[in-house]
Amino acid sequence: MSKVSYKITDFVRIKDHRIFHGKDQDFKTEKSLGLDQFLKASYKNLEIAYPKFHKMDGLCKLGIIASEVLFKDHFISPDTALVFSNSASSLETDKKHRQAMSGMVSPALFVYTLPNIVLGEISIKHKLQSENVFFMENRFNPQLLGDYAEVLLEAKKTPAVVCGWIDLKNAEYDVFLCLISKEGEIPLSKENLKQLYLFEYE
Amino acid sequence: MSDLRTELKQSIIEQLNLEELELADIDNDEPLFGDGLGLDSIDALELIVMLEKDYGIKLTDPEQGKEIFASIDKMAEYIEANRTK
Repeated sequence: MSKVSYKITDFVRIKDHRIFHGKDQDFKTEKSLGLDQFLKASYKNLEIAYPKFHKMDGLCKLGIIASEVLFKDHFISPDTALVFSNSASSLETDKKHRQAMSGMVSPALFVYTLPNIVLGEISIKHKLQSENVFFMENRFNPQLLGDYAEVLLEAKKTPAVVCGWIDLKNAEYDVFLCLISKEGEIPLSKENLKQLYLFEYE
Repeated sequence: MSDLRTELKQSIIEQLNLEELELADIDNDEPLFGDGLGLDSIDALELIVMLEKDYGIKLTDPEQGKEIFASIDKMAEYIEANRTK
């Protein structure tokens, strides 16, 4: 995939009430907790102290939590690009907005009826002024993400790329974000991205 | 503290998702925007919806909002004078 040797510098996985930083479990809650409770418990555990978090929809909260874990051991340049994907778009919030239309529509809810808002929220929180893109795909597509990240890095548009999958549907979430740069041990490849996404985190 | 002011603080905390704030954290004369509570333009739209939904007040001139939403005291005064429910 790569001419220059780019690496998967770090990664985060959030699924089934658990947060993994690399392959190590960082945090978990009881499975009985609903999505909102899991997100709030994660926010407290990470000591994020960002009141705007509470105004966000579920997809953005997942993005903020994932980026907080992913960025905590690294210097993140303002030029760090974001290349995200999912299959459900912002459907979870779209459904809530549609239901709300029978009465008074909430402007704050309408703000989140696009999936790429999560890119903006992460950029605001971490002061990124960079390239970003959000793809809709049926499933996790390591070829697309790896190729796009590599093009940005090769074009010298960015020293690092955060790419991955951030999906939320019917309160079920599936998040895998990785930091791609010249630093690290794991070579950037379609196979390695797929292997890390499918890894049985225990 | 009047019931309306307490009610407004509760509504603002709930509807604007200010989960880290308690009622006592909001002073009646504190600015709601800018250096005060730090509310933003989307919050202003939520407050306009709240006025209509909870008190039957329809704001037609957005410029009015600057004065009405200056503080809890100002909001309460405006609601007491203009509420239809």
